[in-house]
Amino acid sequence: MYVDRARQLSILAFLLVLGLALLAYAPSFFQPGNLRDILVNASYLFVAAVGMMLVILTGHIDLSVGAILAICSTAAALASKAGWPLFAVFLLALGLGGALGFLNGLLVTNLRIHSIIVTLGTMNIFRGALIYWTQGAWIYDLPSDFRTVGLGQFGGIPYPVWGAIVTFALFAWILTQTSWGRSLYAAGSNPSAAHLSGISIPKVVLGAFVVNGVLVGLSAVLFSTRFSVIQSNIGYGFELLVITTVVVGGVHIFGGSGTLLGVALAALLLSTIGTALTFFRVSSYWELTLQGLFVLGAVALDIMRTRRSLQRGEV
Amino acid sequence: MRGARIGLSEAILGTILLFTFLLMAQLSPQFLTSTNLLQLPRFVTEVGLIALGMTLIILTGGIDLSVGAIVGLAAVVLGALYEAGVPLPGAIMGALVVGVVAGSMNGFLIAYLRMPPLIATLATMAIFRGLAFGISQGRAYRDYPDWFYTLGQGYVGPFPTQVPLLLGAAIVFAFLLSKTPFGRKIYAIGNNETATRFAGHDVDQVKFLLYSLSGGLSAMAAVLLVSRFSTAKADLGQGFELDAITAVVLGGTSISGGTGGVWGTVLGLLVVGAIRNGMTLAFINTDIQQMAIGAALITAVTLNQVFGSLRLRRKGVRTTG
Repeated sequence: MYVDRARQLSILAFLLVLGLALLAYAPSFFQPGNLRDILVNASYLFVAAVGMMLVILTGHIDLSVGAILAICSTAAALASKAGWPLFAVFLLALGLGGALGFLNGLLVTNLRIHSIIVTLGTMNIFRGALIYWTQGAWIYDLPSDFRTVGLGQFGGIPYPVWGAIVTFALFAWILTQTSWGRSLYAAGSNPSAAHLSGISIPKVVLGAFVVNGVLVGLSAVLFSTRFSVIQSNIGYGFELLVITTVVVGGVHIFGGSGTLLGVALAALLLSTIGTALTFFRVSSYWELTLQGLFVLGAVALDIMRTRRSLQRGEV
Repeated sequence: MRGARIGLSEAILGTILLFTFLLMAQLSPQFLTSTNLLQLPRFVTEVGLIALGMTLIILTGGIDLSVGAIVGLAAVVLGALYEAGVPLPGAIMGALVVGVVAGSMNGFLIAYLRMPPLIATLATMAIFRGLAFGISQGRAYRDYPDWFYTLGQGYVGPFPTQVPLLLGAAIVFAFLLSKTPFGRKIYAIGNNETATRFAGHDVDQVKFLLYSLSGGLSAMAAVLLVSRFSTAKADLGQGFELDAITAVVLGGTSISGGTGGVWGTVLGLLVVGAIRNGMTLAFINTDIQQMAIGAALITAVTLNQVFGSLRLRRKGVRTTG
């Protein structure tokens, strides 16, 4: 496996430069409360990005994660309001995410339609279904135990950050030590060789979509429990932020290579930039442009890397 | 080559169109009135122009997700230029130029840097939409001279201004595809890009031109849209990529390129337009309209996939104009 140390180091360098600039121009950025917010934002982003990483490793993509996040957040909030115990609320969000991911995976593998078309469709279907269900109403007056997850902490570390740490540890093991984890890389880097060595690619892809859905469900729990109101358009544009994180983190957009550490650093970088813009007094209207430029830059680096290794005869 | 396709896929599309019209008539009694049906082209022309360009791009095996964002950017450029004192014809030209430049940026990334079209236009979608919001800072530009509104709200005889425009564009594109070497190259790239390259055709140039054209068409759609709504805002054209891709795929163009054509897209466009218009008349929320169109997209691709493989099995691979 190709380990992209260069990518990880360049993200670290970028974070360092950004930190120095903030230190010089906006030292109030470094208040503990602000740093904590950035870490929490990076956490739910990272959890969803791990899911997207699995899907992209197999050579696919999922544009419906923002809509899945919205459905899981809304369902969790409504269940909590209806008096469900916290663990049942969690299971509901994770299960619902998994079910929607299963639907995506089923369409992608059985109909053999490109995942971008399938998930462009399901993105709109899920959003529409949500609005049909809630009639666009916002959810107010969430019970206090719902919000303990988003706002509470254990051992001085906020719960969402724990969520990210556990996800990191679990998938570091899955991706390197289990045969399913290895087959994700195999399916993306050389599908025909993977097939010949006995890997069922549709099963691997279906699994990636399901686990992605479950992780988006977890991300929804970490994300939505921080608010007192759940809006009907929650998570709008989240798919782009997640894809940006994965691609900037060095996961090859054609599948087959990428590391968790790169994705984690990218999540930290993107959540820092989002907040830093405000401190630099740059209108948040420009944030989207910046995200797009990051994706282009990362993909351009990917392509240059592939060409270089092609020339050296490594691929 | 042409005759082969008239049959199954046209029959399916015709049935879907009929079914959609009947369903919409059920939803709203106003739908099947001559006044409303005459207005229908007004609502579909913006997406229609984009869908024509998208047809050519999908025929080469590519895709352009940034079209809706270019609509927003071009609209904002039009509004901002006019507000800054540029005469309206100049502002319109400015918007068109920005559209072509944005499209050629896509073309450059895809044709010359060899980025996958999906991810390149997903990124530029964010860039263009972000620029639209950044330039306008979320404001709306209004108050244009009266003559401008005739473009989007006026009539030619009994027909809305958009009818001759869309029809003319469709005829030009159909001619381009079936009667010119450029059109043949588009099919050739979709069927076998490597072979087309080896045959000595400049594949990169064709792709570059198509994405630039798509940007220009998106800007034209923006001008029509601003004229129809009397307002330019950064969020104009949101979701247009979904409608355009759905129209193309419903029209029988294969999502992996090589087969399909312009007239199918026009029929597919009528289905999408009828869903939007009928549901709007029945006071159904736009999010739920999106749901219906998303479902139509998946159904269309599935049907094409199923019937496409049946056809291939029976007759062998063929292309059509």
